[in-house]
Amino acid sequence: MCLGIPGEIMAVREESGMTFGKVKFGGITREVCLSCIPDAAVGEFVLVHVGFAIAKVDRVEAARAYETLEELGLLAELSDDVPERAVHRPAPEASGPTENGPREVP
Amino acid sequence: MKYVDEYRDRGVAAGLVKRIAASVTRPWVLMEVCGGQTHSIVRYGIDRMLPAGIELVHGPGCPVCVTSLETIDRAHAIAESKDVIFTSFGDMLRVPGSQHDLLTLRSRGADVRVVYAPLDAVRIAQDNPGKKVVFFGIGFETTAPANAMAVKTAKRLGVGNFSMLVSHVLVPPAMAAILEAPGNRVQGFLGPGHVCAVMGYRDYEALAERYHVPIVITGFEPVDLLDGIHLAVRQLEAGRADVENQYVRTVVRDGNQLARDLVSEVFEVVDRKWRGIGTIAQSGYRLRDEFREHDAESVFAVEAIETSESSQCISGLILRGVKKPGDCSAFGKQCTPRSPLGATMVSAEGACAAYYQYGRYLRADERPRENDVV
Repeated sequence: MCLGIPGEIMAVREESGMTFGKVKFGGITREVCLSCIPDAAVGEFVLVHVGFAIAKVDRVEAARAYETLEELGLLAELSDDVPERAVHRPAPEASGPTENGPREVP
Repeated sequence: MKYVDEYRDRGVAAGLVKRIAASVTRPWVLMEVCGGQTHSIVRYGIDRMLPAGIELVHGPGCPVCVTSLETIDRAHAIAESKDVIFTSFGDMLRVPGSQHDLLTLRSRGADVRVVYAPLDAVRIAQDNPGKKVVFFGIGFETTAPANAMAVKTAKRLGVGNFSMLVSHVLVPPAMAAILEAPGNRVQGFLGPGHVCAVMGYRDYEALAERYHVPIVITGFEPVDLLDGIHLAVRQLEAGRADVENQYVRTVVRDGNQLARDLVSEVFEVVDRKWRGIGTIAQSGYRLRDEFREHDAESVFAVEAIETSESSQCISGLILRGVKKPGDCSAFGKQCTPRSPLGATMVSAEGACAAYYQYGRYLRADERPRENDVV
């Protein structure tokens, strides 16, 4: 929560006046609010705090920071809610890792 | 492709350690503010690489740890209320209140859910119109934009059954409180890089000038931390007290202006009580009046709360940098991440949890097994 987690923007969409993106963090993809990152584009990297992007970072910085966070065991926030979503809101897309790509958390 | 080149980093780190040693003529005490930095320092043994006389003390930068006991108890009272879905970041579930924690309440039937993002809680409110959905809005400046966006969105979309229990805290007033405390030993700061990525560092310039204390805005990777320590020591040795930005690849002086505007639109600055520290003037956020209908403190009338803190836990002294986890008689014995007495053992960003995870102050045969880590 103190440290943002860098991820790659895979898709960008507008919804009710806000900008959202699908952002890939290692093997997991999450929806992230991009409203405070003007001109956020697919292929760019952003630093994300609890589903909210606060800065752009470059690819090398993103990869370094992600690896360090992984070593520090500080990536739990990305998946803390996953078991619960299965209980409260079953979603076929959220059923687990796929052979073809990263696990999707809608 | 592996981007962290261990050999190159090791060489850079060794060079920085040498430069620090060459700069030092007398002892200095530095505080790293951010819990993530503490974790990295303990994980990589940065403090043990430093020349004798350079001491790092760990700051209060763990939002889960400093959320006041009254607020935790209020959260528990709300979570137990009828027709409530209580949502929170996962870290908060095991934080002990006076009586129990949120996980215990859930096992007794309370609808307590972990969310990744505050906006997820707004969606839960939309999906459950017959329930009151409360989000536990804690954190430093890093989570404030996300929390602000959730409240603003709920108001704009008319999601009347969404409210937030706000317990936001701010870094610069806490640094001022540490410097003003009797017996303060801190002479320089490693500033919190990711907080400054949001807020910029103009407030830190005022602090550096007022208290004549060097502040180096620093990242969290090992080389960043050594670089930040070197810059701070160099300033101290030269008698300077400036703000320097070590973390230029992520932080700019004004931070993210859009995010700051969003935070100011939704929140106002108030006095805030910190667990283990006490009330610090103008050190937190609450929702502005125009968002009162989404303020859980207004929505739920919680009766006066009598708190009860563990008598063994010294987390207050640890959060102020006065003591270290190994100084606590309960550390690693009665207090572990699985049965924490205080919040500094609960959160991954807490100093006690970091010390426990990496087996500090324990004999080799006492060190936690890998599957015991936080």
